[in-house]
Amino acid sequence: MTAALRDAPAVAPRRQAPLTLDDGSRIAVIGCGPAGSLFAYFALELAERIGISLHIDIYEPRDFAVPGPQGCNMCGGIISESLVQNLASERISLTDGVVQRGIDSYFLHMDVGSVRIDTPLREMRIGAVHRGAGPKTATERRWESFDHYMQQYPLGRGAHLVHARVEEVRRENDRVTIKARDREPEAYDLVTVAVGVNSPILKLFEGLGIGYERPKVTKTLIREYRLGQDVISRTLGSSMHVFLLNIPRLEFAAIIPKGDFVTMCLLGDDIDNAMVDAFVASPEVRNCMPPEWNPADRACQCLPHINVGGVDKPFADRFLFIGDAGVTRLYKDGIGAAYRTAKAAARAAVLEGISEEAFRRHYLPACRRISQDNLIGRLAFLFTRGVQHAGLLRRAVLRMTIEEQGKDGPHRRLSGVLWDMFSGSAPYRDIFVRMLHPAFMGRFLWSIGVAAVRGSAPRAGEARP
Amino acid sequence: MTHAALGRTYEDGEIIVRQGDEGEALYMVQEGEVEVVAERGGRETRLGVVGRDQLIGEMAIFERQVRSATVRALGQARVLTLDRKNFLRRINEDPTLAFRILETMSRRVRDLSEEVVRLKEALGEGGGPPR
Repeated sequence: MTAALRDAPAVAPRRQAPLTLDDGSRIAVIGCGPAGSLFAYFALELAERIGISLHIDIYEPRDFAVPGPQGCNMCGGIISESLVQNLASERISLTDGVVQRGIDSYFLHMDVGSVRIDTPLREMRIGAVHRGAGPKTATERRWESFDHYMQQYPLGRGAHLVHARVEEVRRENDRVTIKARDREPEAYDLVTVAVGVNSPILKLFEGLGIGYERPKVTKTLIREYRLGQDVISRTLGSSMHVFLLNIPRLEFAAIIPKGDFVTMCLLGDDIDNAMVDAFVASPEVRNCMPPEWNPADRACQCLPHINVGGVDKPFADRFLFIGDAGVTRLYKDGIGAAYRTAKAAARAAVLEGISEEAFRRHYLPACRRISQDNLIGRLAFLFTRGVQHAGLLRRAVLRMTIEEQGKDGPHRRLSGVLWDMFSGSAPYRDIFVRMLHPAFMGRFLWSIGVAAVRGSAPRAGEARP
Repeated sequence: MTHAALGRTYEDGEIIVRQGDEGEALYMVQEGEVEVVAERGGRETRLGVVGRDQLIGEMAIFERQVRSATVRALGQARVLTLDRKNFLRRINEDPTLAFRILETMSRRVRDLSEEVVRLKEALGEGGGPPR
């Protein structure tokens, strides 16, 4: 051996791996709900546009084609009006094989009466889906699971689905190593975390020293009832049913008609059986459900958490947190937020790089837009909370909304505000600005005055669909 | 088409967009086909047939002009209306969404170029050597 070779370092200084995605770069996506599927799909599409080839593994232990808890994503399953349009403009069409019922209207139920509000364009603008394959009693597979349907888009572009639970994540040698159950560790250039807030996997990332902390959460209740397609069409129809009832601690409740099932969603503080019993026993709920309905005869129930706080820093060098694992919309349109964060994350990673700085400049603004809108959303929800707890305001809302139904779009101010609040179809900022419009305020104050003088509101809107 | 289908179902011949009307929205064909016809001097000329997952009325995004053609269902067709304001807001947030529009327009320019060549050849105006 020559002196030169003997004096050479045992290992040549390692070049730091570049913080960009290049031809052959490897990405792990953890979670194959809508956020994970859309991120992988958009990343592969953008990579193809700029002429590079990416290897993407999507880790998802659940099979969304299987009915019951093992394929369930614990969600109300509403595809908002704006998301239906956004997906359509991305050439992602939601067929009647996955949409169980098109929603063209909603009923607002209060103790003072009910009113139906139609979509301004008289189209089926909202989709009701099951995120998984439905409750375990869903033996007839007439509709595909939404999450399973969305998986086909990245898989069709060449992503690999790995049916395994991630057990360990390590940062080493400028790459990230993922160890999944019964599999050898794999190294990746980028890891995108797209799991829900109910997933224990998020704990793994808090211990990595990348500054990630899980979002603040609150509990919701979701129940499924099997009523049959014909009964649902006759009773609930193609309307989402929203309830503003003065039940202690209940913030918001909705009943969503689907194919053979209806989904009941409750949101509030410390949801317990007493609150749910009070809700299902209320005359407003009994009146919109079929007479033979037995509240105890449910197909399934879960109490999942939802993200209400968002993550301050949903990224680090080689890490991205999207959808519920990062920032989502307050109370509504979680799948819409998953789409927006997934697309922004894919754009940042493929076009700008995978460094913390690249994500700060090109991914964080999309998250901030959602977080800032949520702050305004909290103010807008004060309005519905006020309506919920003040009989005079409930009567005024009912009166004004019923009177608006005969008018054309721009003059249906309160109906539009309520539609967008409950369907999650517009940014909260837009809704709040419309609430501050002098014409809205004037008309609402007038309705309060009339409601105070005349008492109960006209009952014209109480007809069933 | 079932009660679960999103958008609106148009029957054969039903008009989705009328030439001369103001354009406030775009449309995405979800199922079936629609035909695009231009009317001039009482005569109709079919400009094309548009199928599933294709956009129509996309010029409304860029110009505040009246519709340049009529679009009607060719058989039963399901069409989703895309709100112009929502679409522009999304493009503002995510400029890559405009790629879809540009793809559509690029394809139409290519089709039109081929049509011009075909018409010029038919009129005997083509055929010269490339310069």
